[in-house]
Amino acid sequence: MTLRGEKGEIMKIPISWLKDFIDLDGLSIEDIARKLTLAGMEVDEILYAGLAMPIYKDGEKHEFKTNGIAWDREKIVVAEIREVKAHPNADRLTLLDLFDGQQDQVVLTGAPNIFDLKGTGKLAKPIKVAYAKEGSVLYDGHADGLQLMTLKRAKIRGVDSYSMVCSEKELGISTESDGIIILDDAAPVGMPLADYIGDAVLDISILPNMARNASVVGIARELSALTGRELQKPTIKFKTSGDSVEDLVSIQITNAELNPRFVAGLIRNVEIKPSAYHIQRRLKHAGQRPINNIVDATNYAMIELGQPLHAFDYDVLKERAGKKKIKISTRVASDGEKLTTLDGAERTLTPMNVLVCDEKGSLSIAGVMGGTESEVTEKTKNVLLEGAAWNFINIRRTAKQHNLPSEASFRFSRGVHPAVAETGVKRGLQYMAEWANGNIAPGLVDEYPLKPKDPTIIVTPQDVKRLLGIELTAKKIAELLTRLEFKCVVDKNTVKAKTPPHRMDIAEGVVGLADVLEEVARSYGYDNIPVTTMADALPPQVGNPIHEWEEHLRDLLVALGVQEVVTYRMTSVEKESRITQYTEYVRIANPIAPEKNVLRRSLTASVLSVLEKNIRLGESLALFEIGPIFEPVKNNLPNEPRKLAITMSGLRDATAWDVKESATLDFFDMKGRIELLLSGLRLTGVTYTSTESTPHLHPGKSAEITVNGQVLGVFGELHPSAKEKYELGASPVLVAEFDLALLRKSAPTYGIIPVPEFPPVYEDIAIIVDESVLATAVESLIKQTGGRSVSSVRLFDVYRDEKIGAGKKSLAYSLTYQAEKTMTDSDAATIRNKIVKRLENEFSAKLRS
Amino acid sequence: MQDKLNEIEQAALESLQSITEQAALDAWRISTLGRSSALMMVFAEFGKLSKEERPVIGAAANRVKAALEAALQIKAEALKTVVLAKSLSEEKLDITLPGRTKHIGRLHPSTQQLRRVLAILAEMGFQVYTSREVETDDINFQMLNFPLHHPARDMQDTFFVEAENRGDNPILMRTHTSPGQIHAMREFAATNPQNPPPIRIALPGMCFRYEQITARSEIQFNQVEGLAVGKNITFADLKGTIADFVRRMFGEGARLRFRASYFPFTEPSAEVDVECFVCGGKGCQVCKNSGWLEILGCGMVHPNVLQNGGYDPNVYSGFAWGMGPERQLMLRNKVNDIRYFWGNDVRFLEQF
Ligand SMILES: [Zn+2]
Repeated sequence: MTLRGEKGEIMKIPISWLKDFIDLDGLSIEDIARKLTLAGMEVDEILYAGLAMPIYKDGEKHEFKTNGIAWDREKIVVAEIREVKAHPNADRLTLLDLFDGQQDQVVLTGAPNIFDLKGTGKLAKPIKVAYAKEGSVLYDGHADGLQLMTLKRAKIRGVDSYSMVCSEKELGISTESDGIIILDDAAPVGMPLADYIGDAVLDISILPNMARNASVVGIARELSALTGRELQKPTIKFKTSGDSVEDLVSIQITNAELNPRFVAGLIRNVEIKPSAYHIQRRLKHAGQRPINNIVDATNYAMIELGQPLHAFDYDVLKERAGKKKIKISTRVASDGEKLTTLDGAERTLTPMNVLVCDEKGSLSIAGVMGGTESEVTEKTKNVLLEGAAWNFINIRRTAKQHNLPSEASFRFSRGVHPAVAETGVKRGLQYMAEWANGNIAPGLVDEYPLKPKDPTIIVTPQDVKRLLGIELTAKKIAELLTRLEFKCVVDKNTVKAKTPPHRMDIAEGVVGLADVLEEVARSYGYDNIPVTTMADALPPQVGNPIHEWEEHLRDLLVALGVQEVVTYRMTSVEKESRITQYTEYVRIANPIAPEKNVLRRSLTASVLSVLEKNIRLGESLALFEIGPIFEPVKNNLPNEPRKLAITMSGLRDATAWDVKESATLDFFDMKGRIELLLSGLRLTGVTYTSTESTPHLHPGKSAEITVNGQVLGVFGELHPSAKEKYELGASPVLVAEFDLALLRKSAPTYGIIPVPEFPPVYEDIAIIVDESVLATAVESLIKQTGGRSVSSVRLFDVYRDEKIGAGKKSLAYSLTYQAEKTMTDSDAATIRNKIVKRLENEFSAKLRS
Repeated sequence: MQDKLNEIEQAALESLQSITEQAALDAWRISTLGRSSALMMVFAEFGKLSKEERPVIGAAANRVKAALEAALQIKAEALKTVVLAKSLSEEKLDITLPGRTKHIGRLHPSTQQLRRVLAILAEMGFQVYTSREVETDDINFQMLNFPLHHPARDMQDTFFVEAENRGDNPILMRTHTSPGQIHAMREFAATNPQNPPPIRIALPGMCFRYEQITARSEIQFNQVEGLAVGKNITFADLKGTIADFVRRMFGEGARLRFRASYFPFTEPSAEVDVECFVCGGKGCQVCKNSGWLEILGCGMVHPNVLQNGGYDPNVYSGFAWGMGPERQLMLRNKVNDIRYFWGNDVRFLEQF
């Protein structure tokens, strides 16, 4: 449950379009955005394209990321061009005679889309444009990106220029444009442009369970629930003529699970041309590129209702059918079947893909993309319009397989209710008739083999109390759900709520109850739900000793001056092979990069990489990491043993302005830290054994750490040949690695040793032994002989000298004698003599005076 | 004799006055109070005095001796003070020179933040529960109500691990700590399957998402989830618990809001925004001018998830919430690049 990458897709909704379906008077754009955001339709950004923007005074709270410009109502108005004249001194510029509703103006422009009218005299039909007067704030149409500018008076090639006709970029309607806006003929001259086409666009994240709201009507419906205002559903009305579509086209669905419904309608004699400007503008705001009135009608209806539509050239289908009845069928593709899609790519299909076909073969990949052959072109006269319902999982997999994300597949892959198919087709036909003067054929062909359940859920005030923690009457619950178009029947203390036929996200049973309670909560408002303290019994408290122990270990390491690091779990065999020989790894099937294609097996390799990276940044570095490594298990989950790795290199002591020298860290610095760490963990009976079996360590400067015969870890100086593979400094590099489970299990519970009441006697003794005698053997013999009377033995000097003799060394020890009474010098001498005697016997040691 | 004593006293006090150094004072002590000094000679020649004179002269000589000794002491104290003052003034250090330091260790910033979060959760009764980082699809997704091929999976781009013959249950890097919910519920439920005990746990750990590594996105990140399951747990309790947590985490005055949201494994789901603590809600770069910062996601445990964990959703309910320690640090300490965390540059680590 994280916040990263959990956003849904962004849907762009122009406010003007919303207002077609709900009265939003009295609500500011921010009010609307806030209501939607709190109800789960998060507004990421508001783009102002004309409407007044909120002006925040200093210190006032912002609420949304905003962009765009407001159009000055006095300065930017609808005007009409009456004549396009040549510029006296510039071939590529024209002078426009223009009327702004109050007076005539002469405006200079280089716009290519009216250049052809230059010198044609007074226009038979004036051209309506967006006219900006001196002082208007606009985007600079010639600058890269969006740069604000204020329109100033200037002389351009000898002609006075103080105003302009605007392009979409200059008004912030789109980010690029290649000419001025030519408004619809009905545009009222003199009207402030903001009043005519001023808009604001909400960028709304559509969550995966809110596919129903990936439409203007969907958002309007939510606003209706959130404000209590009525949703004005689209009125679909049109005349029909000619032969009925049922006589001309048939549909056969072979798999109802994959294709629950298929609806088609026919429109004849369309005139293909660009859509009116107000349609194009809305489509652009919604993120769609206008194509022509027929394609635009399918997109416009889709954005409005959420139903993707597909337009076929009816005559192409008729031709393919040999002028007979067109028999459309839907089926899965055969393996290897090919289809060239609208984008010109030849797609090789698999049986997972569903196709829309006629008797001659495939026409389109269902719900994802149409084929080239039957697409609508400039020459199209008659259009067969498809609106279908598809299995959302199948569409999602197909779109992924062919890497074809589209507006249609986005909606279908989230689940579009089959009921919308019919409304969608009718709405599309209506727009085609209105915008392209077509004649709609009577009827629809409609195959609907699998109707969704639209479950009825029983909700009680007790359910609401148990799960939401609020007291609502059955009547109130019904009211909240009715706002979202659930059909509710209240019977005493129960509400029977039937899912409305536009959503697919309500399940049955106990899950359906949770689904509906979420809708109750959203409709009621999360903010209105009280804040309470859990009344449920506190469960028995269970500690996590492993976690606590690891945290203790971290604290000990920090106290020892070691810095914690955390590295990537993903690495490469090459990186690790500098110190390891592993060939078996847990391999990532889809790595983001070759250097992160396996899971680490060596934590030492991880900390060494960090050391390498930082080595030049400080005079001394000591690093540790605690975490899992991953041991592969064929075709199964790996083992994840947790490890501790330490590395150190550099100076032993921090230098300062008067402390210029320090020795470099070596084996015994690492050993000292390990001893302190293990004593901090209360480990006793630790033995250090020389080891030559760790290839990445120096054979003479490495040791295994053993407790009760169990090897807990290994440490030492990095082997010179291993070190060579890293870019490390001249100083020795020390590394250590422990298995945490073994280490933890070796740590005993312990009782303290009482602090002695009586004063001890301290004494130093030095003995000369053969070089081959190990320090640890001498120490254990001293301890063994001294027994409880010798409370501490510390080696403080190792000395070699000609006087002592070749092959000999002197070991000097500090002994602490302690007894349950005051220890006298003569008591101590007795013990010491015993010790010396045994050392002489066992090691031929000689006492130095 | 009386006169001679007065003379000795007078002369000694006079010479004492001009002394400014310890050595001169020592010489004065020897010449004035030493064995061969004139005063001591008076004592030495005591025997020569008449019986009548002895007590008188004796008393007088003792008085002079005491007076000179007292004067010596005063002078000695005065000299010591002068000497100390002199040495103090001569021993003045340039205290602006840098101090001698030590090589010290620190916890990684993520560990520090995890500890802050877990400490608060522990006080609220949520105990740490950890589970594995490599998971199976069923535990990471299916049991958490992400069916195979469900669009909700688009929300969590996943690293898969190479393995054969796994069918619909591939091995993957866990995308969230929520698999721990299933592990924990099953473990608790197993202790008493007929009447499973209530649960309050905190799930910390490393998670993985298939993303490009950029200043804003990483392939691995820590998460901490809180999970409460019991018989009487409501959405209002969720709000109360989170309000408590946010107050502890972000301060007494922290304003927060709950926004409806969607997570497959909770329903109802919400995202929680806290008023931007960088700008106080006025709008700034950190909050992208919204005045709010998204800090955690939460919701009531989905009935399918309870069921999969061994808890009957008709009887039990619960809530869960999750957050990212690295994101919290990015907000709190203005870390503008998430790559710093696993980059382990000591110059970054040293700042925590
Ligand atoms: Zn801010």
